[in-house]
Amino acid sequence: MAKKMLHSLTLNGEEVEVASAPEATLLETLREDLRVLSSKRGCNQGVCGACTVIIDGKPVRSCLTLTARCEGHDVRTVEGLSDDRILNALQKHMVEAGGVQCGFCTGGMLMSARNLLAEVPRPSRDAVKSALSGNICRCTGYRTIVDAVCGAAEELAQ
Amino acid sequence: MSLDQPNPSFTGGAVGKSVPKVDSLEKVQGRAEYIADLYRPGMLHGAILASPYPHARILGYDLTEALAAPGVVAIITGDDVGEGRMGAFIKDEHAIAKGKVLYVGEPVAAVAARTETEARAACRLIRVDYEELPAILSPEEGLEEGAAILHEKLADYIKVFDAGSEGNLCSRTELSEGNVDGAWAGCDVIVEGEYTTQPQAHVSMEPCGALAEVDANGRVTLWSANQSVFRVQANVCESLSLPMSKLRSLTPRVGAGFGNKMEPHIQPITVALAMKAQRPVKLILTREEDFEMVRARHPFKVRMKTGAKKDGTLVARHCEVLVDCGAFADDSPGVMGYALLMCGGPYRFPHMKAEGRLVYTNKLRFGAFRGFGNPQVLFAGEQQIDQIAERIGMDPFAIRRKNMVREGDRWFVGPEIASNGLAGCLDAVEQAAKLPRADGSARNFGLAVTAHISGLLGTGAIVKMLEDGTISLNTGATDIGQGSDTVLAQICAEELKLPFDQVAVASPDTDGSPYNWGTTASRVTYTTGRAVKAAAKKVVDQAMEQAAEMLDCDVDELELREGGRIGKVGSNSDVTFAQISGRAHWAVGGPLVGSETLVFDQPTHDPKRAIALGLPFPRIGVFSFAALGVDVDIDEVSGQVSVREAWSAADVGRAINPKLVEVQLHGGFVQGLGYSLFEEMVWDGPRLANPSLMDYKVPTMRDVPDAIHTYIIEDPDPTGPFGAKGAGEIGLNAAPGALANAVAQATGFRHNHLPLTGERVLNGMLAAEKT
Repeated sequence: MAKKMLHSLTLNGEEVEVASAPEATLLETLREDLRVLSSKRGCNQGVCGACTVIIDGKPVRSCLTLTARCEGHDVRTVEGLSDDRILNALQKHMVEAGGVQCGFCTGGMLMSARNLLAEVPRPSRDAVKSALSGNICRCTGYRTIVDAVCGAAEELAQ
Repeated sequence: MSLDQPNPSFTGGAVGKSVPKVDSLEKVQGRAEYIADLYRPGMLHGAILASPYPHARILGYDLTEALAAPGVVAIITGDDVGEGRMGAFIKDEHAIAKGKVLYVGEPVAAVAARTETEARAACRLIRVDYEELPAILSPEEGLEEGAAILHEKLADYIKVFDAGSEGNLCSRTELSEGNVDGAWAGCDVIVEGEYTTQPQAHVSMEPCGALAEVDANGRVTLWSANQSVFRVQANVCESLSLPMSKLRSLTPRVGAGFGNKMEPHIQPITVALAMKAQRPVKLILTREEDFEMVRARHPFKVRMKTGAKKDGTLVARHCEVLVDCGAFADDSPGVMGYALLMCGGPYRFPHMKAEGRLVYTNKLRFGAFRGFGNPQVLFAGEQQIDQIAERIGMDPFAIRRKNMVREGDRWFVGPEIASNGLAGCLDAVEQAAKLPRADGSARNFGLAVTAHISGLLGTGAIVKMLEDGTISLNTGATDIGQGSDTVLAQICAEELKLPFDQVAVASPDTDGSPYNWGTTASRVTYTTGRAVKAAAKKVVDQAMEQAAEMLDCDVDELELREGGRIGKVGSNSDVTFAQISGRAHWAVGGPLVGSETLVFDQPTHDPKRAIALGLPFPRIGVFSFAALGVDVDIDEVSGQVSVREAWSAADVGRAINPKLVEVQLHGGFVQGLGYSLFEEMVWDGPRLANPSLMDYKVPTMRDVPDAIHTYIIEDPDPTGPFGAKGAGEIGLNAAPGALANAVAQATGFRHNHLPLTGERVLNGMLAAEKT
């Protein structure tokens, strides 16, 4: 194991410094070193989307991202977006539409959905399904999640 | 406040309202804690060394190098776990491989170290000496004369029912009613076929995990991802020979189960590691380990024959199943027995026979998975109903209506059907599906119907009125995300006529909660709901006694009023729950606590009407019903099937929370869609070839139609809480049958093998063209 190195990045608006091994992923660093736990290890392979975070405004798989590559970048998770207008609308509609079941995929799903609505304010249902197709949910059958994203988009457009 | 000014926070009856789940907010804020999110002071991380062989004797271990590796604190092997064995039906499983390994991926040793990386690195330094044995990779091989035997001491194992175990035969079940052999001569149409279904992985988004800690007195506290803290307690204590009072089992939020987390996974290993390390140990499986180590849906081989009169009256069905058990019995005898009970479908068959054999093989254990054997047999059964309808020129809805079981009928071998909304389900699907497609083209329509039980085994509830008149509800039922905490709180609030948000739901804890067998078998709303309603009623009764003394009247002059008040009928005078509870706590009578426990007690088998041998469930449950219609498109080049529209109607007795029922129907259908069309665990010899989400495909948003229509039919069950019955599994059961029927209509080719992959469907289309 190679020696740990210090990295500084912006996490949820705060400057943090963390010592991590060169092979450490951002997911490991977030969870094991920084105890930011909303990003989940569902597959550790970049397939399930449960670890999705936002780096410099773009959704990224934290399990495929090396912590060393986050030096100087802006990392956001659900915890750090509590004042975000788009996320708040999504959260509200996820609760109301029944888009939350076991909740393990929810954090990552919200990150992808937030990015979509930031880029496309009024997406079609089909566009929602394309944008979120990299986030697996095994519980809901997806319908209520699509409902929630479309509902949030509508509310935000008003 | 008088009656004329109702409590403004009361929103009316809680039952029947789609209140948001009580755990929704913490989940959308990323604050819900799952097993991997728990940390304890001084905690170590565990990792598992898995068997590279499907069947081998363990000759010895060399732990020297691993123990010297950085960060390592403790290692356990089969030598550390004694002779204890666990198992829901047959106690055939040690906490960790002992003496032999029985499948590739079986845990052989486990390491506790400072970090997960160190623990995994140390696992690679453990040396195990094996003597390879011949592997049994199919039930047929297992039954061959002279086959290698997995469990040499099978005869000595404790079994909780008459399993008939012998050699590699884990269990056998035979059920019959009427005279099948004599009935074929009276049939005008007979269809028969052999069918195979594939293993399906649960893929709960949260992989299995556990965290164990030993206190100063040697008592263990265990948190784990589970569907029953009580089954966890029983399994760990049986396998590690611990008194149950020495282990407390708890649960954080659970990232779904679908059956995967009902019986043990790595809890016994984690406890053994923590006991050896004398420090807290957390062990979280990787996705690959979760695929290889835990359990999956059984592959079935089904031979089925169905006969009918030319007017469409069903006469007889014979069903034989050969079921791959995997290396340990787990829930398999139950799955096979249940599949046989359900293999007639929701129809009146005067003559039925169902036989099954369950055979040990050197693969991971197969076990409970949403549907519990029902989807496998219905894949065959619902196709045969359509084939009979085709042969006699009858409509698929008409033949099902003509033969369906009715309220008051007996199900196969004897249980009573006390409520039945199947007719309503068929009406709902037919009305919606007979409308043409938006573009006017013809539908490729397939239909299937199903029944499922909710019931089984013990459950309880404790309802406490707190000093201020609000309520604490404790049931021991694990909410795995489906919403049982919410539904049970709604039932409790309704009975107490309180606002829903005044009921707090306690997290399951074997120390403090009443027994609950588990969140499984579509049973929590029905069985636990019954206990909650009865316990809440006892609190109301106690409050009434108090109120009678406070208002100086008889109990029968009193009424329970909305918002937590009891008053005299015809008068404005009343007392609040807060006043009542305060008095009870501080002055007279003692705190108000209602508790109820029950075990589902209606017999499955009526010996006067049927013969049953090796029936694993003597008391089974009440019946829910459902109908599913699908309209599919088939790509003519690839053969790939996509679902254009689906109509799912379910009789759930009474929907306590309609939105949550709807989501069960959506989620069940989509999991069934994956199962029917592409999900498949593939073995390359003894090794699972696709234990990753890269190689094992589950449905994504792109695979799911937007138009999944759900219809809730309410035919209340007389014993259900407010009439409710189960909703958890019934949305999945009919998917393979309905999709196979739709593919047959679209292509003219009938498929007897799941999944209905593009390749299979294309080959079917080519074969149909030739004929």
